[in-house]
Formats: sequence, structure tokens, C-alpha cells
Amino acid sequence: MSEPFNPYLPEVATILETVQETHNIMTFRVRFDDEAKMAAFKFGPGQVGQLSAAGIGEATFVINSPPTRMDYLQFSVMRTGEVTAKLHNLVAGDKVGVRAPLGKPFPVEDLKGKDIVFVGGGIGMAPLRTLFLYMLDNRADFGKIRLLYGARSPLDMAFSAELPEWTSRTDIETTLTIDREADGWEHKVGLIPNVLLEMAPKAENCVAITCGPPIMIKFTLEALKKLEFPDEQILTTLEKRMKCGIGICGRCNIGSSYVCVDGPVYTYAQLKALPNEL
Amino acid sequence: MAAVKYISREKLPEWLKALAAERRLLVPVEEGGAVVFRAYDPAKAPVFGSDATAPPKGSVFPASKELFSYTYGKEGEDAKPTLTLDPKTTAEPTVVFGSKPCGARGFLIFDRVYMGKKFPDPYYIAAREATVFVTMACDTVENTCFCHWVGSGPADPAGSDLLLTPVAGGWLVEAVSAKGEPLLASPALTDGAAKAAEAEEVKAKTRAALGEAPDISTSKEALLARFDDMDFWRDQSDKCISCGACTYLCPTCYCFSITDEGSGMSGKRLRSWDACMHFQFTLEASGHNPRPTKAHRLKNRVGHKFSYYPTLHDGLIACCGCGRCVKSCPVSVDIREIVQNAVAKAKA
Repeated sequence: MSEPFNPYLPEVATILETVQETHNIMTFRVRFDDEAKMAAFKFGPGQVGQLSAAGIGEATFVINSPPTRMDYLQFSVMRTGEVTAKLHNLVAGDKVGVRAPLGKPFPVEDLKGKDIVFVGGGIGMAPLRTLFLYMLDNRADFGKIRLLYGARSPLDMAFSAELPEWTSRTDIETTLTIDREADGWEHKVGLIPNVLLEMAPKAENCVAITCGPPIMIKFTLEALKKLEFPDEQILTTLEKRMKCGIGICGRCNIGSSYVCVDGPVYTYAQLKALPNEL
Repeated sequence: MAAVKYISREKLPEWLKALAAERRLLVPVEEGGAVVFRAYDPAKAPVFGSDATAPPKGSVFPASKELFSYTYGKEGEDAKPTLTLDPKTTAEPTVVFGSKPCGARGFLIFDRVYMGKKFPDPYYIAAREATVFVTMACDTVENTCFCHWVGSGPADPAGSDLLLTPVAGGWLVEAVSAKGEPLLASPALTDGAAKAAEAEEVKAKTRAALGEAPDISTSKEALLARFDDMDFWRDQSDKCISCGACTYLCPTCYCFSITDEGSGMSGKRLRSWDACMHFQFTLEASGHNPRPTKAHRLKNRVGHKFSYYPTLHDGLIACCGCGRCVKSCPVSVDIREIVQNAVAKAKA
């Protein structure tokens, strides 16, 4: 190997499987073609990758599988723009490019011994999933684990194949909610922040980890403040338009903080210290 | 430092031809009413008097650069598809001849970012290492020049490998870096010791012509203090038409986009200059835009150069004071006024 490391050159990977999660969310399970590189690949929960198809372009997605399950790297893609629309056309066996890991992971070590409450909305469940599963795979390291996962309707709920396990496990407490009544729905109905207030997790020795659409985040933060969670005990992970993923190209900065290298995981305290440009 | 040399106007073409024989030689020439850096053509006289319209940014950081080419393959109906990526990080040996100090200094701002410890950029590093800057100190100043505001000056050698200073009949030639010294070997150059004093006078006179620089040492804090003051930014950006000329002509603007171009089974991934003054720059697929108005975008451009970058890079201002953004702005937005307004407002 005489070539220096090239941060723009993706690892060629193959799609092992796709899962149509909802009408607009598709999950891709991929493995690097270079098995030695796959075996050596290390990442932390919350780190992201640039997923690309040559000729289509790149976009940033969290690796939503946990580092404890390395059969494949999983990305869940909501069809929203040009690149994601084209990614949705890919099938098992197709080649993709992966530049990962990028950004900083959740501070896993700091979370050990703590009670955890996850609050995920819509596709915002993806970055929580990696940490949630990591914690399930290292269950003894963490205190009480609660998951509140909400979506607009039952049909908008991604990871539905996993929900029966998540709701039936006795060593965690999972609450699912949808915005409005729907036929056959056996779980909560109500907006995430309101359900969170009902759940009323105690802030003592507890860290709240939230991700979702901006409006949900806004009201979830308000709910957490009502529940007296200190800013340092609230974690979130941001989304910004990114191109390089290595702190150069100039899109994702909030003042002097580059979300792609300094984030995407921030405590609420850190976010408050940044200029207001979300 | 090596002995100082002298090159006469008459001998200059001989030196240029010798340099061009061994590598790509970029010089400022007139093209379409502008002065731009192009490959040396002995039939076309370089323009050394005034500063080029566009800086030599493309010498190291081309407007569009291939990151890699890709080829899909599939042999037969049942075969598995393949994907081959072929990166080209090598760069052509180049001399940039006749830039003003500000044009060469711009790369110091790039260096901190592209030659960082965590993600050193192999494309940039190869091009930077392959490029030698033979810079010409200024003997005249324009009313848009403000290099002396940002820690530079009309004879600033930072970022250059050789520094030429205009003297009677030609230029004094000084080596600034070890990379520049081999270029002094040409027989077209003669000993310059006798011209050294004259060159120092030219440097001092030009520096004096710029006058005193205002104190903008508080720009970091002053701009942050204005972050939420959108009335201020609407005032500053009122005239802006979001054309992006300021960014494309800026020696220190280093932002880029990555796009794919191809048809059928092959193509390439490109890195191209981008401009933070455009609405699309930060537009997210959801429709959300963290910098939705020109006021937000101008705030980011000025803030990046005079606040965020210096915060991350030991106080170094990400502006070389060349004044191109001022001179080439079709509606006379003046970054100097904006910084001074912010500084004044913070003091008030």
C-alpha cells in the first residue's frame, strides 16, 4: 500500500438485503467486499457514514446497527431528495460505497451505570437504534432502560419486525405511540412529548437521548425540562446537509462547530453554548 | 538564505521559457477582459502590473477535480456486478509565477484545513507539494487592498517560495523557501546584491501607501455577539444579489461540493468549488434550510473568515485582504465595512 489514506474514497460494499420499513423508509444491510477491512472495521454507536452509489451521489446516514452485531452495517434511508430516491431503487446484490465511520459516537462510557430514556420520533429512531441495541447487548452495564418511540401512524413505524421483541422484553420498558387513533393499534395514542410527561422518568442518575423531527425535538426538550432533566443529561444527534463528512466543505458548521466531526451527538448543554443556527 | 538575485525585464522571457520547459507554468494573462492565470504562452505577454482578477486558487485547488473514476461491470446474466473505483491523487509539477502575495497567502488558510492531522487530503497535499509560488511584491496599491488589516502586507512572503520585488529595469529575486531555491539556477538571473536596498525602499514605500489598519482584533467576539442580531445582517446584506462572485474569486474560500457525473456503466466523482452565498448550499432534502436568507449566508461568510476560522486556527484570519470580493462585487458589498460595523457595534 503506497497510496496514502484517502478520506474521499469509499469502501466498495454489497447490499445483502433491503427491508421496506415504511412507504418511504428503506433499510440497507451492507458488507464491505474487502473482508479484511470489514473484520477490522470499528465504530461507536451514533457515528455516521456516507452511503453512495457511483453515478448517483452520496448522502449521510447513521450506521443504525450496533457495533456488537457486525454481520452487516445497516443504514435506513428515508426517501426525501434526489440521492435517497435513487438509493431506493437499489436491490440486494447491488454495489454501494461507504465512507465511515464519521463524526463522534454517543459517550457510551459515560452512560454506563445510568438509567436511560430513549425518545425517538419517526426516522429519528435510526440513530437511537444503534445505541439501544448496543445497550441490550451489554445489558448489565446500564440501569433501567426505557424506550419511547413514536410515529405519525402505525404504517410510519420503522423497524416493525423488531417491535414485538422490544415491547415484550422484561428487562426494558418500551412504549410505542402514534399521533392519532388507528384501527388495530394496541399501544399509546398521543404526541411524543405528552406521552413522555405521562411516563415521567425521574431525572436522577438518568440520561435522556432523543432524536426526531425538529418540532418534536423542540417540545421533547420542553418536556424534559419540566421533568427537571439538567442540560448535561440530555443527548441529541443532529442532522445537517453534509458533503465531505470530514470538517472541510463548509455546510454543516454551526459557528465554529462542525457537526460532521464535532457532532452529530451533542448534549443539550453543548447545543445551548453554540450559536443559534439549527 | 541564498544570495539575492536579479532578473531584468529583457531576460524574463528566457527564465519563463526555461521554467515552462520543465513543468506547467501558470502566469497572469488577459482573457476576456479579465486577468487570469493560464499556462504560459511565449506569444502572450503576462500581465504583472496590476493584481489578477482571479487569484491562482485553481493551481492547487481546481474549480473541478476528479476524486476517482468508477466502472461497473457485469459479465453475463448470472454474474455478480462489480464496482471498481480508481482514484488519481497525483499532481502535475507547477510553477505559479507573478501572483501578488495575497494570492499565494490564501493557501496558508487552505493548509490548516486540508493538511490537518485527522483527515489529510491527499489530492490537496499532492498539488500543494508539486506547486512552487514565484510571487511578486506590490509596488502600487489599490483602494480595495487591505492585506495590512489581516496580518499580511504588500511584500508578505508567507505562502510563497520566491519573492520578486520590482526595481528599476526588473525585479530583485529572493528565495523564501528551500522549494524555491532550485529555480534560481537559471543563467537569466544575475547577482542582485546591488539592488537589495532599492527593493527594501519599494517594499517600505508600498507598505506606507496602505496607511494604518484599523483595529479589528476583536472581530472573533464582535461577530459572535451579532449572531442573533438579524437586523444587523439584513442591513449588511441588503444589496447582495447572492451571485457568489465573492467566493469564487476569493483566495481563501475553500468550500466545495461533491457530485457524480457519468452515464451507463462508468463515470466519475467530482469535487467542485461551491459557494456559501447560494440558497442551495445548506438546503436540506426535507426543505429545511439553516441559512435560509442572504442575511444568514453573508453572516456565515464573514463569520467564518473573521470569527469561526480564527477560533479554530490560533487567531489566523481566513482572509488575505486582497479586496477581490470588494472590487468584483456587482453591488459594492464591502467586507471591510461589515467587519468594522460589527466591531464598532460591539464596542458601543
